[in-house]
Amino acid sequence: MSIIAVSGLTKYYGKARGIVDVSFNVDEGEIFGFIGPNGAGKSTTIRLLLSLIHPSGGSATVFGKDVVTHGPEIRRDIGYLPSEVYYYEGMKVIDLLKYSASFYDGDRTQRMRELSDVMELDLNRRISDLSYGNKKKVGIVQGLLHGPKLLFLDEPTAGLDPLMQRKFFNLIREENARGVTVFFSSHILGEVQRLCTRVGIIREGRLVEISAIRTLQQNNYKKVRVAADGLSAAGLDLPGVTNLQTEDSTASFFFKGDINAVLHKLSSLHVSDVIIEEPTLEEIFMHYYE
Amino acid sequence: MNANIYRHELRSRLRSILTWSLGVAALVVFYFSFFAVFADQAELLNDMMDRFPPEMRAAFGMDKMDLSTVLGYFAFIFLFVQLCLAIQASNYGFGLVSIEESELTADFLLSKPVSRTQVVTSKLLAAISSLTLTNLVVWVASFTAITLFRGDREYQAGTLLLLLLSIVIFQLFFLSLGLVISLLVKRVRSVTPYALGLGFGAYVLSAFSGLLGDVKLELITPFKHLDAAAIVESASYDTPLVLLNVAVTVLALAASYWLYVRRDIPAVS
Repeated sequence: MSIIAVSGLTKYYGKARGIVDVSFNVDEGEIFGFIGPNGAGKSTTIRLLLSLIHPSGGSATVFGKDVVTHGPEIRRDIGYLPSEVYYYEGMKVIDLLKYSASFYDGDRTQRMRELSDVMELDLNRRISDLSYGNKKKVGIVQGLLHGPKLLFLDEPTAGLDPLMQRKFFNLIREENARGVTVFFSSHILGEVQRLCTRVGIIREGRLVEISAIRTLQQNNYKKVRVAADGLSAAGLDLPGVTNLQTEDSTASFFFKGDINAVLHKLSSLHVSDVIIEEPTLEEIFMHYYE
Repeated sequence: MNANIYRHELRSRLRSILTWSLGVAALVVFYFSFFAVFADQAELLNDMMDRFPPEMRAAFGMDKMDLSTVLGYFAFIFLFVQLCLAIQASNYGFGLVSIEESELTADFLLSKPVSRTQVVTSKLLAAISSLTLTNLVVWVASFTAITLFRGDREYQAGTLLLLLLSIVIFQLFFLSLGLVISLLVKRVRSVTPYALGLGFGAYVLSAFSGLLGDVKLELITPFKHLDAAAIVESASYDTPLVLLNVAVTVLALAASYWLYVRRDIPAVS
């Protein structure tokens, strides 16, 4: 059964475009990545599914229930971590978490302590005294403490240092292993690739592609910059190289295919510097879809 | 109604309730402590009043007031009590759901398993409880001040009761009107200017209504619907005007629910 089923979902803010005719399904137990540049409609989609905003057209179901008519019921089993975290400034962390837990059945104190320990969150501080990263941790704990069956993560890693990001990803993997479905929105391709099984790519409000992460990786481009003596455009003319630009003794290009071919070629040169990296999402869009 | 939201709302408003209640109570006791002086000099005072232009006396509702009687004098103070309570109630009304949006906590609250209707109901009940606490303090302060300072002058307890009972209707009006306006405008950035505007605006309209004589401004301002001097003078409410007031409150509440259930919660931008 699909945990999330979205069909022709459309949202306009007055005349401004939110999302247009978006359709996709997320199956139980999967980690679904939702990527796109800022302003593409990622948050709009999540806010529609949480019924924070109402659709202009189309429909969506979560757990098989319509999001517009069954909002409160659906949200009982949803955890949400917004991209920007804001909480009642005057409250202490512990009081906020208790307030959050009070909306769900059962005693959540145990789980709250566990999560706070993992994320190294000090429960006795005031929200207003917390740094951005620490507020994000509060967000993570409050999003997970009630044991949701579906998690919405909207650019969750912003503001977390790399160590915390790793702990966070481990936490998400643990939850997922327990059967929790995850909807993970991000504009950073790398973290989506690390975590997700399938991705949807959204651009200018429209879903342009849904594919398994493996397919995306096979088709994926690497961005290569190399500086070497006697470098020439002709010397780098390999199959799979595109957008080759040379300037003095440096060259940059995109490469699609077996990266060993490039390495083999480079090994014959006297290389003074080389960078092989993930293209930015914008670059992927430019080369992958045209 | 959700007990958690109710408790949270009430707790976060505790300081505001205390400030308003003590402020209004102090106003009542302080001004009423001068009653004896006023009552003794009533002849002189009424002479002096007569020298003001009648339009001006009308603007302050003094054309109907006899400051030498307990309730005549009390009605004079009550106008300022009403003004304070109007600003307080508007403040709670405007802030009821808009503060969550301007401080961006609405996402937190509304992603919980509660319906919008439950949210509004819980918040409204918390606000009404807050206003009722202030209301009770005003009652106690009024009875105390009158008992302490009335000297040997008598008054109609029934009329005083009518006056104090009008507070509830008055508060609910400003609370609901504040709420519905906050939902009609695109975004309330700061609550205070709106609350002051609505409270003072309604008062000024009532003052102008007196000034312009036969213009029917009394239809739109609760300061006229529940005119203290008129209640004391006739020892009764002006029933059609009170019903009009209640009707506006009910409409504003119904519209607020309708609007909030359909509202798009603005995202962080």
